[in-house]
Amino acid sequence: MTAAMRWPVPLLLCALALSGCGQPASNGKTVIKIGSASPLTGPQAHLGKDNENGAQLAVDEINAAGLTIGGKPCQLQLLAEDDQADPKTATTVAQQLADDGVAGVVGHLNSGATIPAAKVYSDAGIPQISPSSTATAYTRLGFRTAFRVMSNDAQQGGVLGQYAVQTLGARRIAIIDDRTAYGQGLADEFARAAGAAGAQIVAREYTTDHATDFLAILTSIKAQDPQLVFFGGMDPQAGPLARQMRQIGLNAQLLGGDGMQTEQFIRLAGNAATGAIASTPGLPLATMPGGRQFESRFTARFGPVQNYAPYAYDAVYVLVDAMKRAGSADPARYLAQLPSTDYQGVTGRIRFDAHGDLSSGNITLYKVEGGHWVPLQTLHSHS
Amino acid sequence: MRRRQRSAWIAGTLLAIGLACLPLLLQIGLGRSWVRIADLALLYTLLALGLNIVVGYAGLLDLGYIAFYAVGAYVYALLDSPQFGLHWPLWAVLPLGAASAALFGVLLGAPTLRLRGDYLAIVTLGFGEIIRIFLNNLNAPVNITNGPQGISLIDPLHFGTISLAAPHRLAGLTLSPPLQYYYLFLACVLVVVFIALRLQDSRIGRAWAAIREDELAAAASGIPVRNVKLLAFAMGATFGGLAGGLFAGFQGFISPESFNLMESVMVLCMIVLGGMGHVPGVILGAVLLTVLPEALRMLGDWQLNHLGRVVADPDDLRMLLFGLALIAMMLFRPAGMLPSPRHRREWRKDARP
Amino acid sequence: MDILVQQLINGLVLGSVYALIALGYTMVYGILELINFAHGEITMIGAMIAVATIGALSGGALPIPVILFTGLVAAMAGCMALGYVIERIAYRPLRHAPRLAPLITAIGVSIVLQNIAMLIWGRQYIAFPPVLPQGWHTLLGARITDLQVAILVTALVLMLVLDLLVHRTRLGRAMRATAQSIPLAGLMGINGNRIISITFLIGSALAAISGFMVSAYYGLAHYYMGFLLGLKAFSAAVLGGIGNIRGAMLGGLLLGIIESLGAGYIGTLTHGVIGSNYQDVFAFFVLITVLILRPSGLLGAPATDRA
Repeated sequence: MTAAMRWPVPLLLCALALSGCGQPASNGKTVIKIGSASPLTGPQAHLGKDNENGAQLAVDEINAAGLTIGGKPCQLQLLAEDDQADPKTATTVAQQLADDGVAGVVGHLNSGATIPAAKVYSDAGIPQISPSSTATAYTRLGFRTAFRVMSNDAQQGGVLGQYAVQTLGARRIAIIDDRTAYGQGLADEFARAAGAAGAQIVAREYTTDHATDFLAILTSIKAQDPQLVFFGGMDPQAGPLARQMRQIGLNAQLLGGDGMQTEQFIRLAGNAATGAIASTPGLPLATMPGGRQFESRFTARFGPVQNYAPYAYDAVYVLVDAMKRAGSADPARYLAQLPSTDYQGVTGRIRFDAHGDLSSGNITLYKVEGGHWVPLQTLHSHS
Repeated sequence: MRRRQRSAWIAGTLLAIGLACLPLLLQIGLGRSWVRIADLALLYTLLALGLNIVVGYAGLLDLGYIAFYAVGAYVYALLDSPQFGLHWPLWAVLPLGAASAALFGVLLGAPTLRLRGDYLAIVTLGFGEIIRIFLNNLNAPVNITNGPQGISLIDPLHFGTISLAAPHRLAGLTLSPPLQYYYLFLACVLVVVFIALRLQDSRIGRAWAAIREDELAAAASGIPVRNVKLLAFAMGATFGGLAGGLFAGFQGFISPESFNLMESVMVLCMIVLGGMGHVPGVILGAVLLTVLPEALRMLGDWQLNHLGRVVADPDDLRMLLFGLALIAMMLFRPAGMLPSPRHRREWRKDARP
Repeated sequence: MDILVQQLINGLVLGSVYALIALGYTMVYGILELINFAHGEITMIGAMIAVATIGALSGGALPIPVILFTGLVAAMAGCMALGYVIERIAYRPLRHAPRLAPLITAIGVSIVLQNIAMLIWGRQYIAFPPVLPQGWHTLLGARITDLQVAILVTALVLMLVLDLLVHRTRLGRAMRATAQSIPLAGLMGINGNRIISITFLIGSALAAISGFMVSAYYGLAHYYMGFLLGLKAFSAAVLGGIGNIRGAMLGGLLLGIIESLGAGYIGTLTHGVIGSNYQDVFAFFVLITVLILRPSGLLGAPATDRA
């Protein structure tokens, strides 16, 4: 965008801020801007674009069906920004969306970007719904504007901890995490839940998100003879970890979170992947209430669903639902309606707890059988 | 002489007016997000000026410089956040952060001073990683840094009850938070520029230059090499710590992943590209390298809007460009884009026998 | 007891890989007094080429040993060419520039290689094709796999060959002479540039072999893997005394064992106050301590400072 093109925008914004409503579009409808923020370049670009596409699909469907808020015909417009999955860029982008006068934001993809951006949205009073950030801290910052439509790490770790003890029957458990915000958060919640369910944590070891050699920590874990090894981290580490467990003859069940529930894990672990169990928040697309229809509509326009598109899609509907109930697209007015959301979306029934988390989220467990992740069962988390 | 002084005054005044108006122009022309980018550019300028003292003035290659930035940021975050429930005033926290960073600078410097340039590079790199690893793990057995989760809800920079995160009205103008940060950071940069320029021409500055050019000769001519080197580390670290404190208050959230090795390399790139040892060059490098990723981001947006997809991912190209620039600079223009006269002489290819 | 043996085996295998990479650092440093930061990245490129070649060939009609050998040769050829080019383009023109210059160039080369690898092979981790034997033996109550034995034997043989090359051949004598002084060696009729190129070729070949080993051992390759490996190997070279070939071997093996025992036992020793989360600190800590207490390393002769 050139400077020359941007000159009138702030003037329009001033007018917009003064009138307290959206600017009229050429067809006489009031335009409501929705922001989408996610990495569109870099290593997670495919996931970021997926989120944007999910939101775009919702926006287009709502516009096609016709939207009326407070008796006035309205039209949604999606502003997609690239946060590069970087905390500093995320705040810049958040500022930009706030300046552009968005009524709500769907984003960001990563917790590391979502958390610093949340402050900017909170200061501007703009509701934010993250479709994919799972760090528990995001909704614990005390911002009224922060919501998410995905189970958080505490919910996932808690469900996994109970599952390990009650379903898998593990009494002696070893835990490894990769010292990232995600891995450590998940592992801590897992440890708490597994301990509460009566298991003994016999070893707590650590690695990093660049490591490839886990033999030293696995050997000292082997000395404790655990029945289950829980790994909080991502697939590039989980894959070789599974191989090295087999290499030193550590015959314990490997359990992990969504960072491990990927095709890459199976590729890297080779035949050592067989039998590993991992969870992912949400339902498999095929078993979501509106999953199949969503998938066919989405695929027809954008190609295969990567991961979180259905959540971004639902997030837009949740925002619009609150606007309809408030009879206004003014953030100051409709924000108050968001906590009382009760919306039946593609991903399930969406209601929020006092923090802005899902009051009941789905966690699905998968097991590697025959070189593929096969769904085992879906559990429910409660806040 | 008098005439030169007058034109210097005029240039200075114009520069001051330009710097004061720049964010307003940015805000009107490109939006407030660009004021935030200007804020970041000023922070990186502070960092680069600090590293310039160590690398540019004293010729000590420090690859772990970001550790001092981290120390400053964490001191601010710990003393001004719900982490310990402390909310210290700015005038106490910022100097304390800078002083802590200086202390770490001396701690690092003291045992490593005997090392030659390339050993020093590796040891400082290791030091930077050690600091990061500690910050990442000091959440147990006693939770000090909150580990990988980082510290959130850090108090914004504030003077008494006046918080820079809230807009204020001044003489009929509404100052948005990014604007207020801009003026605070600009003031800090000006102070640091002043100190850096004065240092360069001082006795100490000349001692640094002597050490940089030939340590043995410098020692032989009576320069207390050890202390002078330590001073360089401490001064550089102080500026890094100050920048870190400002960053923590500006961003409101910090975590160890913001202080990785790549950041150290980035700051090094800034001073190498701009011109080692030359304050205007360093500033140019810092501003260019902060704005460049932003410009590249626009390139990505442009591709999405006009081509429908990202053909050449700017994030893929960014580091490649930096790497190539580092090599090309050393081969063809080793003294940087805006070299200092002394460095230009020094870095001529045939300068060493 | 078998746990300790197992940790020692883990450490020895890891250490022998470090040692092979450390040799590349130490040989270049011995002659040019230059830390070739990009050496870790050359190792990475070796791993990438090996995995890509083996991946392309496996599934075809060729027998597995032929496939592995082709992968290794391709990696060695690629890395030797790369090492030669890097020296010619990035280091040779700066041989008389101030010390900082080649160091900064080396960092630049390192960044460029990483990003080129990323553009060619993508950001994903690539899996090593499952063509390797997976057998294992019991040794004093611990497990040692066929692959670990192969890595240990290969590394030891290579180190022996290199030691003989440097200390018993004409070329080795020329290399040692060049390390003493390039101009003086020139007076003796030794072409310094040629020796330096040969040194880079040998170091890069060793890096390629280590890259092949690492990717086979851990079953993967990735564009970022060279950085940490290089750093560890460099620490090993310094630990043993940089510039000293036998020192690099000793330093590598020692560092591998220190890391393995450290990560394995630190938690027990400190009752969990410090755990394996500090394992990456050990390498740096050893490095810094050695540099402070004995700057010339374990086996290095006290270096004369020509700052």
